[in-house]
Amino acid sequence: MSLTHDYIKQRLEEKFGEQVSNFEEPYGFFSFEAVKEDNLKVMQFLFDDPVLRFQFLTDLTAVHYPNSKGRELAVVYHLHNLVDNVRIRMKVFTDINTPDVFTATSLYATANWMERETYDFFGVNFVGHPNLKRILNVDEMDYFPMRKEFPLEDQTRIDKDDEMFGRGGSII
Amino acid sequence: MARPVKFNIHPKQADIHDNIAIADMPEGLQGEGYFATSFEKVIGRARMNSLWPLPFATSCCGIEFMATMASHYDLARFGSERLGFTPRQCDLLMVMGTISKKMGPILRQVYLQMAEPRWVLAVGACASSGGIFDTYSVLQGIDQVIPVDVYVPGCPPRPEAILDGVIKIQELALNESLRRRNSEHYKALLGSYGIQ
Ligand code: SF4
Repeated sequence: MSLTHDYIKQRLEEKFGEQVSNFEEPYGFFSFEAVKEDNLKVMQFLFDDPVLRFQFLTDLTAVHYPNSKGRELAVVYHLHNLVDNVRIRMKVFTDINTPDVFTATSLYATANWMERETYDFFGVNFVGHPNLKRILNVDEMDYFPMRKEFPLEDQTRIDKDDEMFGRGGSII
Repeated sequence: MARPVKFNIHPKQADIHDNIAIADMPEGLQGEGYFATSFEKVIGRARMNSLWPLPFATSCCGIEFMATMASHYDLARFGSERLGFTPRQCDLLMVMGTISKKMGPILRQVYLQMAEPRWVLAVGACASSGGIFDTYSVLQGIDQVIPVDVYVPGCPPRPEAILDGVIKIQELALNESLRRRNSEHYKALLGSYGIQ
């Protein structure tokens, strides 16, 4: 029997009830949302269950939604069942003022660097991470560049033609 | 409409006397069996024609440099036959490509390891000014961390442009006073980059 999306959804709802929600399938990719405090429990369940077996973390990143108050930062986990070749996506949302999410490093060793990257760019504070510091950007950086309040361009430049870089000027 | 191809329709006969550039003799006293001139002129000429470039190629401009170095454009014609891959042997640092902020200290370290006299050529928009990468991770021009002698514009510059930059460096090497590197002015310049 192949692992169907309906089956995964049913198992999750049986186990976690209200704690998991927003099931969707954009482009056929099964996604759901979990309560942020339960992220580890849900992942542990998906990892240990003899049928679900989501034992590989493909990707971990974050998204910034500045307009949804109280749910500004979404941490996205891409999980993969290598035996049945099924991929799912799990999201947890957090307030940008308290961006604390439990680390997945004890479950997936690969989460270590990916959480550092997510911290580096979005400032998500992974509670319990063994070495949470910047990984890609310079250590002296004092902001999280992928958050939308920070403009893409380096605002300290004065010698570039602003019109060419979409800062002020006119667009015809 | 097809463009008529007009290259090489009147091939030139090879003329060895016409093709070899012979440098003019520096000013000096000349007599039978001797020639006297100042060290500055001789050494400048020697340096100019034996620059050892250190290619610091990080991205697309580096590819253009490979063409410059290869047989068609042939950097070796200008006395830069030998590319050194250690800064300690080289006197021309050619920076080609996007230098990220994290790469900045490494570039500076490479520069510091070079012995005087040393020249720096910034090839391409990225090395000169950050180029199209006007963003949080890219150094907005290598002149923020090390002094630059010649900038080559372009994204990427053609090999001819890179050669032109090298020739400009050669002119600097030729005309540079032997005492320049000891001067107060030069020390102040390095001092402004925090280099002793
Ligand atoms: S100047 Fe253009 S070609 Fe050169 S490294 Fe930058 S982006 Fe690449």
